[in-house]
Amino acid sequence: MYEMVAFYLFSVLTIGLFLITVMSKNVLYAMTSLAAGMVLISGFFFILGADFLGVVQLIAYVGAIMALYSFAMMFFDATRDIKEKNTNPALVFLLGGLSAVVLVLMFAAPIHSDAIQALYPMHEGVGNAQDVGIVLFTKYLVPFEVAALMLLVAMIAGIILAGKKMDQSLTEDMSADDEILTQKDEK
Amino acid sequence: METTLAGHAMETLPHVTWLGVLIKAIIILAVISAIAGFGTFIERKVLAFMQRRLGPMHVGPYGLLQLAADGIKLFTKEDIIPQNANKFIFMIAPIITAATAFIALAAVPVFPDFTIPSWIPLLGGTFVPSIAADLNIGILFVLGMMAAGLYGPLLAGMSQANKWGIIGAARTAVQFLSYEVVTGLSILAPIMLVGSLSFVDFNDYQSGGIGSWLIWQQPVAFVLFLIAGFAETNRTPFDLLEHEAEVVSGYATEYSGMRWGMFFIGEYANMITVSIIAAVVFLGGYSVEGIGWLTIILKVAFFFFLMLWVRASWPHIRPDQLMWLCWKVLMPIAVINIVITGIVMMV
Repeated sequence: MYEMVAFYLFSVLTIGLFLITVMSKNVLYAMTSLAAGMVLISGFFFILGADFLGVVQLIAYVGAIMALYSFAMMFFDATRDIKEKNTNPALVFLLGGLSAVVLVLMFAAPIHSDAIQALYPMHEGVGNAQDVGIVLFTKYLVPFEVAALMLLVAMIAGIILAGKKMDQSLTEDMSADDEILTQKDEK
Repeated sequence: METTLAGHAMETLPHVTWLGVLIKAIIILAVISAIAGFGTFIERKVLAFMQRRLGPMHVGPYGLLQLAADGIKLFTKEDIIPQNANKFIFMIAPIITAATAFIALAAVPVFPDFTIPSWIPLLGGTFVPSIAADLNIGILFVLGMMAAGLYGPLLAGMSQANKWGIIGAARTAVQFLSYEVVTGLSILAPIMLVGSLSFVDFNDYQSGGIGSWLIWQQPVAFVLFLIAGFAETNRTPFDLLEHEAEVVSGYATEYSGMRWGMFFIGEYANMITVSIIAAVVFLGGYSVEGIGWLTIILKVAFFFFLMLWVRASWPHIRPDQLMWLCWKVLMPIAVINIVITGIVMMV
C-alpha cells in the first residue's frame, strides 16, 4: 500500500518536473526541475528494493547536473525575467496529452498484475552491491568494458580540449593579466 | 525501504514499527536542531578562548542564554526577498540544505536504541531503533544526501540577483565537483576492507577494542576523509562559499531571518553527520554494552571540537589553492591508497 502511494507520488512528480524542464525558458527552473526529477527517480529504485542503484542514481546525477549548472551560470543570467511564452501550443498539447495517457496507463496497469513477472529477482541474503557486481562482471561484462573505454576516450578528449594553456597559471602568470588588459584597451 | 536491524542484533531486539521510526525521526529533528543551536554557542566560546577573549557573556549566566536570544532574533526577523530575485527558487534553497542534512541523519546511528517504558500511555512499549532507516548501503546514502545538500548554496547564490551570490554559487560548484571525488575515493579503501556499506557492519568489524580501529589500517584514508569532510561542510579552511573577506557572505548575502537560520542549521547538522561517519568508519563507532554510547558521543564531540580548532588555527585558502590541493595532491594519494589496499588484500 505504502509502495503504491509512493510510486504514484513519485511518478506524477517526476513527469511534472521533467515537463517543466522541457517547457520552461527560465534556465533556473529548467535545471532545478531536472535535478529534482533525477533525485526523485532514485525513489523508484528504493521502492523496488534496489537501494544500491538508487543511491548511485542519486550521487551520479547530483554531480552531473551540478556540472550542468556551472555551464548555465556561465552562459545565462539566471535571475533575468523571462517571459514564459509557449510559442508552440501544438507541442504543449501533444506532450500534455501524452503524459496524461501515460498517467492513465500507469494507474490502470495493476489490473493486469499477473502479467508482470520479475525476470531477475534479488538473491536472498546477498547485498544489493554484490548483486549488481555479479551481474555487471558476468552477463554485462562487454557493455561495461565498452562504456569504460568510451568514458576514457571522452576524458582524454576533454583533457586535450581544455589543456591548451594548462602550463600557464591564471593567477601567478602575469601575461594572463596583460591579455585581459589589452582586451579592455581594445574596447 | 528495509527497516530490519541487520547483523547480530536481529534475534535479540524487538521488531521496528513505523511508530518507532516516526518517534526516532522526531527525536533526531528536535535534538539535532537544538544541538545545532547550541553548537553556535560552543563555537563562539571555543573561538573566543582560543583568541583570548571571553565570547558572549552578557545574556544569562556565562552567556548561556545568548542561544535563546539568537533564536528569538532569527525567528522574528523579517524575511526579506530581494526584488529581482527568482522568488520561488530563492525561497526553497535554504529548505534544501536543512532537509537534506536531516535526511542524511536518518541513515546514521544517532543515540542508542531503547524501548519506551510501558507506563507511558499510547506510546508505551514502542521500540525506538538507533538508526531511523537502517539501509544496507548507509554510507553511500549519507554521502549522496550530503552532496545533494550543496544544491542549497548553489540555488541560493544563483537565484538572488547579486554578484556575490553568483560567485558563491560558482565556488559551490567548484568545491563540490572536486571534493566529492576525494570523499568517495578516500572512503572506498575502508569499504574494501570491511566488504560492506552498512554502518552496522563497520561497527562490528571494529568491535575488538582500540587495536581493531580502522584508523590504524587506513591512516591515509582517515586524513583524506577528514580534509574532504571539512570541504563538504564548508568549514574553514575551505569556506570559500561564504568567505566574508572576499565575497561578503557568498550565497547567503541576501538571506535574513529564518531562511538564513536554515542554512546554519543545515551546516551544523552536516558537521555532526561528518563527525558520526568519521567516528563509526575510522574510530570504532559505538558498542552496545555498558557505556558504549558515551564513547561515540565523545568521539563525535572531539571531531566537532576539531573543526572549531582548525577554524581558529588556519586561515582560508584561495580557490585555486583548493583545486590544486584536491586534484594534484589529495586525489592521486587517494587512488594510490586504494591500489595499495587492493594489493595488500589480494596478496
